[in-house]
Amino acid sequence: MTTAALETSGLGKQYGRTWALRDCSLALPAGGISALVGPNGAGKSTLLHLAIGLQRPSAGSVRVFGEPPAAMIDRVGFVAQDTPLYRDFTAAELVEMGRRLNRRWDGDLAHERLRQVGVPLDRPVGKLSGGQRAQVALTLALAKRPRLLLLDEPVASLDPLARREFLQALMGGVADEGTSVVLSSHLLGDLERVCDHLIVLNDGRVQVLGAVEALIAEHRLLTGPYPDSPDLGGATVVRESHTDRQTSLLVRGYDPGPLRLGPQWTVHDVSLEDLVLAYLANGSAGALPGPVDITPRREART
Amino acid sequence: MIEFHLDGHSRVATYMQVVQQVKQALRTGLIGPGDQLPKVREVAESLAINPNTVLKAYRELEIEGLVEGRPGVGTFVTRSLAGPSLAAQAALRRGLEGWLRRARAAGLEREDVVALVETTLRATFQQPAQPDAARGEIA
Repeated sequence: MTTAALETSGLGKQYGRTWALRDCSLALPAGGISALVGPNGAGKSTLLHLAIGLQRPSAGSVRVFGEPPAAMIDRVGFVAQDTPLYRDFTAAELVEMGRRLNRRWDGDLAHERLRQVGVPLDRPVGKLSGGQRAQVALTLALAKRPRLLLLDEPVASLDPLARREFLQALMGGVADEGTSVVLSSHLLGDLERVCDHLIVLNDGRVQVLGAVEALIAEHRLLTGPYPDSPDLGGATVVRESHTDRQTSLLVRGYDPGPLRLGPQWTVHDVSLEDLVLAYLANGSAGALPGPVDITPRREART
Repeated sequence: MIEFHLDGHSRVATYMQVVQQVKQALRTGLIGPGDQLPKVREVAESLAINPNTVLKAYRELEIEGLVEGRPGVGTFVTRSLAGPSLAAQAALRRGLEGWLRRARAAGLEREDVVALVETTLRATFQQPAQPDAARGEIA
């Protein structure tokens, strides 16, 4: 049995009366690249902070390659939101600082990477472009030669070209050693080709969890006449919408065998983006290894 | 060496696009036995795609006996696809041209033909176990 890169069980984090994350149980395979998506405030950063040990769980447990986060700190790279760096330091100084602060450190790799992406080593990073700063932050995380790399919205503030360059550097950077990656983002379009696993967090809970390929394979968009209601076989409706003439159903558990559709119905494949948006629009639907219900709860207010 | 390109609008899975492009290059004779495929890291980086996707594509090609991975060295072509399949393609193409002429004569527009081909493709390739299941998903 292989150990999961990241495994949580009943994990929760409470701030005051609010649960930023609750009942989070998941296992991400080693060597996989997982997308962590969800609206702002869904608990993405909280989950990443718990995984790296920046915060302590209020409930449940988190394991990185089977160990508590504190024991794995040398083997986990982290790129925080907006890639904060000491802005007066140059990239070369940050690499040197990394060498002194980390037991495992590959300064040659860092210099080589920075040279490849064309980041000047002698300018304060505060004077670099957003894309270059993100590349510096990624380089510093990769120089630890981490087994698990966590990235919190690394491309959110970048223009499309810088975003692509960042993802290129990331994919190249993790290819050789099969580094496990968890990447949070709400730019869904970028994720489909990059990630092989998906975690959708909504309102502090895991709503969708699974291998991207399997999720895509079991979901379809069916369109047909309104108010026809077709026999869906075993499929369940994730989201439905209507016009006066037409019904659109995004279904899970698609199986062409038992599905009986009238001649006016059409079956469309869905993209990862379609799928995520459908779930986010319907908080009561879930796609976990088992069914989930995450009906929005009421926060106690006094 | 070949270079891969991805069709961003295609719903064909990324790994399958890589597989298809290698096969296309083999069919047209662009690459042949002994030639090396681009390294996984290079493909992942240049296309900004998951390295596991590239590995999956290369594994698929290996299972089909078209390439061979040599640990620490790279992935090499072991078999050509140019030849018999080219000949078969020419014959199939002639048949298709005839069919398209009949479709046009029957009054089908370009979009009608595409829709018909896509539904038939779906029915044919998605339900291999039930060839009689041509009840179809789209009529």
